[in-house]
Amino acid sequence: MDFHLRLAAVGATFVLLLLVLELVRRRRLLERYALVWMAVTALLIVLAVWDGLLTGVATLIGIAYPPSALFVVAFGFVILLLLHFSVAVSRLTDQSKVLAQSLSLLEERVRRQEQSTGELDALQAAAPDYERSEA
Amino acid sequence: MAMVPRPLSGLAVVPAYNEAQTVAGVVTALYRDAPGWDVLVVDDGSTDETAAVAAEAGARVVRHPFNLGIGGAVQSGFRFARDHGYERMVQVDGDGQHDPREIDRLVRARARHPALDMVCGSRFMSEDFRYPAPISRRTGIHLFAFLMSRIVGQRVSDPTSGFRLYNRRAIELFARDYPHDYPEVEAVLMLHHHRLTMREVPVRMYERGGGQSSIRSGKSLYYMVKVLLAIAVGLVRRRPIVAPGDAAPVAAGAGL
Repeated sequence: MDFHLRLAAVGATFVLLLLVLELVRRRRLLERYALVWMAVTALLIVLAVWDGLLTGVATLIGIAYPPSALFVVAFGFVILLLLHFSVAVSRLTDQSKVLAQSLSLLEERVRRQEQSTGELDALQAAAPDYERSEA
Repeated sequence: MAMVPRPLSGLAVVPAYNEAQTVAGVVTALYRDAPGWDVLVVDDGSTDETAAVAAEAGARVVRHPFNLGIGGAVQSGFRFARDHGYERMVQVDGDGQHDPREIDRLVRARARHPALDMVCGSRFMSEDFRYPAPISRRTGIHLFAFLMSRIVGQRVSDPTSGFRLYNRRAIELFARDYPHDYPEVEAVLMLHHHRLTMREVPVRMYERGGGQSSIRSGKSLYYMVKVLLAIAVGLVRRRPIVAPGDAAPVAAGAGL
């Protein structure tokens, strides 16, 4: 692979890796998701640096120009990452549904309880000498 | 929220996820062997009878609507302890591997050193008892023990132990901010960053009574890498301390 091309590939991936680390450091990204990104960037750097491996991958999938193979592999990872996040979003959707349901059920219970204690207070206000008459 | 100070009572928090077989035994043992401790079971979205069984055994029960993981479960315990004004909290696993009779050891260590913010039960300090764990797991624990000892500047023999006693300062810290996935090691690091003090005492731990460890074998590699990343990042964090009034971690950040 051409030196400049390799430099660009390694540089871009390295910047991505640094960005991921910085986001974790600022606590904007959970380690759980950072690790996926770090694994991908590490693999891409290895492919960009290690010519033999990239050529091997290129011949394996029938690509004449190895740098294109890097592109294909990176694209494959992008698809995988997108799928990963679709799964994560699905889980979050489901969880927020359950959370909203639990909250509204709880609200209804609290409201009913407040209503019944309110009615009790009203009853006591209407008959202030209730306790005295019982005594 | 009503803050009722209860200086004399402590809260025993039992995080439990699908531990219906063992949680009742743990609650009963706590009431029998650790008098003076209120018991709170945090049911972390179990799909079995954990919550019902725990309530039946007399514990107060907090139920998560879905599984948040051990960190989220324990943090619910910290928040409960904070909101109800507890001065002390002890964390006891729901699977029966911690012995409630040993809580007294943690309490006595704090009685000797009242300034301690956390006392941690360690499996690797008693000479007469070897913790029955596979070599792979022990290797991981010892690696973290080595790293944490170097970082914290005092010997930490069992940073993954979940058998811990906290005072009010530690409760307030962890109620505000507690790690997500595998929290114990990172909690030690947080404590260090906030200049809270800890000490270990030897305890015995038993084989799990049932259920599943939160660290299954397939996940142990992820566990190692995740905690190592968290330690590395924790070391270079510009402001490791989340103080009241700081921007909320993770959730509120917008985009990049």
